Amino acid sequence: MSEKEPDPPSSDRRTLTKTLLGAGFGASAASFVYPAVQFMIPPEIGEAPVNEVVAGKVSEFGANVGRIFKFGSRPGIVVRTSSGEWRAYSAVCTHLNCTVQYDSDERYIWCACHNAKFDPDTGAVASGPPPRGLDKYDVNIRDDDVVVTRRA
Amino acid sequence: MRNLAFAVVLAAALSAGLPFAASAQQKDSCVECHSVLEDNLGQPAQLFADDIHRESGFSCADCHGGDPSSDDLEVSMDPARGFKGKISRLETPEMCGRCHSDPEFIHRFKPQQRVDQLVEYRKSVHGKRLAAGDEQAANCIDCHGVHGIREVSHVLSPVYPRALPQTCARCHADAEHMREYSISTAQFEEYETSVHWEALDVQGDLSAPTCATCHGNHGAAPPGVDSVAQVCGNCHIVFQRAFDQGPHKEAFEAMGLPACIACHANHAVLAPSEKMLGVDEGSSCVNCHSEGEAAFEVARQVRQRIDDLNQSLADSQEILDRAEEAGMEVTEGRLQWASANEQLIMARVQVHSFLLEPVEEAVSEGLGAADGSLEVGREALREMEFRRKGLALSLLTIAITMAGLWLAIRRLKLPA
Amino acid sequence: MSLPRNIVRWFDDRLGGDDIREFLAHKTVPVHAGTIWYYFGGITLFLFVIQVLTGILLLLYYRPTPAEAYESVQFIVTKVRFGWLVRSVHSWSANLMVLTALIHMFSVFFLRAYRRPRELTWLSGMALLFLTMAFGFSGYLLPWNTLSFFATKVGTDMAGAVPLIGDFLVRLMRGGEEVTGATLTRFFGIHVAILPGITTVLLLVHLLLVQKWGIGDPDGHAGGKRMPFVPHFVLRELMAWYGALAVLGALAALFPWELGEKADPFAAAPAGIRPEWYFLAVFHNLKLIPSTIWIFEGEVLGILALGAGVIFWVLMPFWDRAPEGEKPRLWVTGLGVLVIVYFVVFSLLGYYT
Repeated sequence: MSEKEPDPPSSDRRTLTKTLLGAGFGASAASFVYPAVQFMIPPEIGEAPVNEVVAGKVSEFGANVGRIFKFGSRPGIVVRTSSGEWRAYSAVCTHLNCTVQYDSDERYIWCACHNAKFDPDTGAVASGPPPRGLDKYDVNIRDDDVVVTRRA
Repeated sequence: MRNLAFAVVLAAALSAGLPFAASAQQKDSCVECHSVLEDNLGQPAQLFADDIHRESGFSCADCHGGDPSSDDLEVSMDPARGFKGKISRLETPEMCGRCHSDPEFIHRFKPQQRVDQLVEYRKSVHGKRLAAGDEQAANCIDCHGVHGIREVSHVLSPVYPRALPQTCARCHADAEHMREYSISTAQFEEYETSVHWEALDVQGDLSAPTCATCHGNHGAAPPGVDSVAQVCGNCHIVFQRAFDQGPHKEAFEAMGLPACIACHANHAVLAPSEKMLGVDEGSSCVNCHSEGEAAFEVARQVRQRIDDLNQSLADSQEILDRAEEAGMEVTEGRLQWASANEQLIMARVQVHSFLLEPVEEAVSEGLGAADGSLEVGREALREMEFRRKGLALSLLTIAITMAGLWLAIRRLKLPA
Repeated sequence: MSLPRNIVRWFDDRLGGDDIREFLAHKTVPVHAGTIWYYFGGITLFLFVIQVLTGILLLLYYRPTPAEAYESVQFIVTKVRFGWLVRSVHSWSANLMVLTALIHMFSVFFLRAYRRPRELTWLSGMALLFLTMAFGFSGYLLPWNTLSFFATKVGTDMAGAVPLIGDFLVRLMRGGEEVTGATLTRFFGIHVAILPGITTVLLLVHLLLVQKWGIGDPDGHAGGKRMPFVPHFVLRELMAWYGALAVLGALAALFPWELGEKADPFAAAPAGIRPEWYFLAVFHNLKLIPSTIWIFEGEVLGILALGAGVIFWVLMPFWDRAPEGEKPRLWVTGLGVLVIVYFVVFSLLGYYT
């Protein structure tokens, strides 16, 4: 019978090893599974608001009202013209990137920096230094929401 | 003999002038001859090739008179046939005005072209001096050129926006030329240091003001003291509105101070900075106001609030940068920072009302937005901390497992 | 017996649990000195599994169109819980996997484990290495940021230097003349369907061959000593895997993978565009070749030379036919060192110039 080296006397050692292994496997497994499960649960906003944004409520817009809203990382402007039609544009002035606003007295979209005026019906430059009109967005009404979409 | 020589010259001229003859609707003996002459007899014909008048079908004779259909000098340059020779400087405006003040005539070529240039000119300093016999005063050809006249919108025209200041400076910066007039010759040099010149020349912004923008072109005159704000306000409208609201408007008018120019200069319009504001040495405010006055206090507070907003923007910018560099996503914070920055711009506009309330309004809103972006940055840094703690925790569990594995491995002896 | 035990017993009986346990009880592997090199194959496998798992998670949110790709990755990284972690782990693990695969390859090379009867293992392993690089190349485009867009442009341009079929190859890769949304769709399909399919098959072949012929034991380093697969080797393997996991976790959390800027195909390429690190050596090498050598286009010659080199390397088992256990030929060792030096030097050159 071949002599085997005796195992070190340690039911303590054995228990320690087993505990460490068990705890280790368990804890490390948990630290992988937990994030994975959390990942799969959809966040509050179901998807990236890339091309579509709710710019406000219909009730906020009377005729001849314009409002700035956030579209992704740049500002946009929604205008309800005096004839009741909806228009939306990028609110970034094409001259030097100031944010435009709606002037309901003059009925123009106006840039305060250098007095540029844009036609609210078309976004085209009416006067002032900008080289081209404002980028256009589409506006649709869904129930009470004013939904602005930009073409990809 | 003279006729023979002329015939030889003509032979040469015909071959050289053939392209001209081919392109012209009718025979133009002026150009044919003069284009082969040298120096100042030949130059007009060469320049005329690029002239807008030639393109519209006019010939030398339409200004100088004479008969361009004849090769015979006696005929083509005959005073009886209207030949005037070189037009005198004093008569030039009237000569140009013969057509350019006639709406029916001009509008056949350009329906929308203005026809009041001569009327304006006569009212201007240049016009009045010329009428009084001063040949040095600027007339039409000094600015527009004489034989190679191009449209104003043409890049090579001397009055194209980017070339116009140099054209004015040809006389107005020439000390010798301006010796007998009692005005400065430093304007162009000063203008070259300005932000307007930088916008025009360096950035190519054609809407930037040139001499003509503020002084007018044909009716050139400096704006009156009480209309300076209006002139600047043509572009800087929000500043003019703020100025009109405040105490400086009436005060300046009463003192005969030219509004904007009092602090911003007329030609050497430099980029403004916060240093002009407040009560420190070197600010514009202390030029008039001294300690103890209510206005002094307003100046101090306005500067203080603007500084506060600037500081807040700098702080949140720094924290956002730090978070972003550490891999966090902070676009929401950047957006809020951008809107705080816009409020700073608005506040700087409202400074020109020289009242505290409008400035305070913009600053407060700006500080609110800046605080928002600061919070986003802080939140990002907190998230970073959380992630590091999470990493430490998972590394710990891994370490525990590895310790257990190691123990187990050691316990298992390798079989012999 | 308790219910859970009964259920386990039920499956065990039908899946042949006894046979599996019998097999595992007798499976042994050599005991080697300098053992660490022997674990890199397993680590590569482990990282591949991580790639598959994190990749599947990312698939729940990723969208493969130019209009949405970048935004969806941004969404994952900013809005999805632990999205930043999953994405960073996926990107880091990809790079680590190429590294460990290369180390595994060189270990096998220097330990001559490509020799008979393991030639097929070597060949399938080389194929797996190329598949891994293809995974990296196709995956790199998917976030659709500036870096990835232009790196893909430059990388697919290189394919044009292949003689005869070069232009066709480029069109095939790009799904058109230029890098567009068509390229993205194509790369996505390749990355999540085609490559995983082929890789799974080849991986099974590779592992079955390793199982059949055993782990190489050149010149009996350990003097023929062997250890049981279970539990001795498995424990050590787990140790290695957990170590790799710790490194991966630290990298992913401390050096999160950047989002970059959304690709603008009409913008000029930023200065210093270069492909991923494992392509740098080849890329830089090709850049250095003069545009014409004698009557040939430099790039074409470069690609051919490179191709010849690769083929030579792949066919190593057929050049070095010494029997297993014999000492390495000097030229073989020299070649291996040369290749490593070339790779390192040109990669560094490519990175810093």
